[in-house]
Amino acid sequence: MNPLTGYLLVGALLFAIGLAGALTRRNAILVLIGIELMLNAANLNLIAFWRYGPHPEALTGMMFAIFSIAVAAAEAAVGLGLVISIHRHAHTTDLDAINRMKG
Amino acid sequence: MSVVFYILAALSVAGALSAVLLKNTVHCALALTAAFAGLALLFLKLDAQFAGFAQILIYIGAVAILIVFAILLTGGSDTARDSVYSRRPFTGLVAAAGVFAVLGWAILRSGSVLPHESERPAVTVMDIGNALMGRYVLPLEIVALLLTAALIGAVIVAMHEKEGRR
Repeated sequence: MNPLTGYLLVGALLFAIGLAGALTRRNAILVLIGIELMLNAANLNLIAFWRYGPHPEALTGMMFAIFSIAVAAAEAAVGLGLVISIHRHAHTTDLDAINRMKG
Repeated sequence: MSVVFYILAALSVAGALSAVLLKNTVHCALALTAAFAGLALLFLKLDAQFAGFAQILIYIGAVAILIVFAILLTGGSDTARDSVYSRRPFTGLVAAAGVFAVLGWAILRSGSVLPHESERPAVTVMDIGNALMGRYVLPLEIVALLLTAALIGAVIVAMHEKEGRR
């Protein structure tokens, strides 16, 4: 098998697992975990294309992955802050129970 | 494909599956850390040393700890009474399976045109630093601004509201 195909398949599988987790879990933190898994799967694709692409010395894919990691860290911090704030307000992190935006 | 790749891929996928399927939230966070570690090792296998170690530092060192802190602060480690899955999990599962089917079909169909095994790229961390300080200096500054704003925003959002202000 082409080595790039293997990495892309692993990335697609991780993305699908993260998507299933984000769509089916009730706990808000578990939904964030699913989103983190999807972001990581995208990073794996970027690095794999950088490694097997025609011009790895141009560092394009690598830079994409590094900036993606930085943005994902910011997203995790803000997302978990929101979860803590919602828990303080509604006393639950069950997304099926949080069904109104009015404070 | 080498044996190392299959072992690392199995570690990542098993960690991700357990992170999504386990009932106890703390166990999910631990399994997520295993998936992050497998992905970091895959990055190292792809000769991306900087990205691999950045993955270990940021995801295993910071994001996983942050998730554990959020779990402890929200008291979510106790398993839910009825079910940990939403009322209609079937729709989400179908959507995820459909996405994987389309992606897998596209990858397998394009296998012959994808680039083949190439020699390892001669890229050092010094080159990455030079690129970050040269060609990519504007995105770097924007990311610095974004991280500062996210830091302040996360603190303000999670901060205690004063009594009587509501």
